[in-house]
Amino acid sequence: MVKIEFLGPIAKASISIEANSLRDVALYLQEDSGLSAWLDKLAIAVNDTMVCDLDHVLKDGDKISLLPPVCGG
Amino acid sequence: MMVEIYNGPLDVKAIFADWLEEGMERNWGAFIPFIGIVREESGIEALSFDIYEPILDSWFNDWQAKAQAKGAILKMAHSRGDVPVHTSSYMSAVFSPKRRVALELIDEFVEDFKANAPIWKYDIVDGKRVYAEDRSTPMSGAGLMSKKD
Repeated sequence: MVKIEFLGPIAKASISIEANSLRDVALYLQEDSGLSAWLDKLAIAVNDTMVCDLDHVLKDGDKISLLPPVCGG
Repeated sequence: MMVEIYNGPLDVKAIFADWLEEGMERNWGAFIPFIGIVREESGIEALSFDIYEPILDSWFNDWQAKAQAKGAILKMAHSRGDVPVHTSSYMSAVFSPKRRVALELIDEFVEDFKANAPIWKYDIVDGKRVYAEDRSTPMSGAGLMSKKD
């Protein structure tokens, strides 16, 4: 199982799913109509490191963070 | 060196004094601070911020390494939670032996901060916290989860 956490303004509790790669996570999230407005704007981190590769391999216990558009300052 | 995170508005004078003192003890030729202040506009009472610290720290450490490669160092402080208008939510600074390095770094650093630091901004209007979606920018590499193949 991997844990998916939704950061900042995405009002959604963390979930755990079975996934072997970020591609599996993407397919899972694309099924959630409540997230459709966010998906093309989210950056992804695995275990707090930013990742840009859909083929990134996941292992049991990995934490995936979804980061919506930012505005500091 | 980590980002300094404070609950509520920054105590600008105290933070500035700490940084200045630290800089004066070393042989820096230039110290360029940037202080962001919450403007009164569109009827807001305050801004409010969420921060994801693990990635903020790694983002900042990458910048610190870039600065150190040029002989400079960076400082940064940011608020978490509500920050009323006319108070400060963000401070950063560059110390450098050379003026030109410091001027260029503060520009690049503050721009990348706006684009890639994992901080989310909300307007406080009539006591409600509203995500500042129209002023927010997708981080580098955003969009991976919408790809189908």
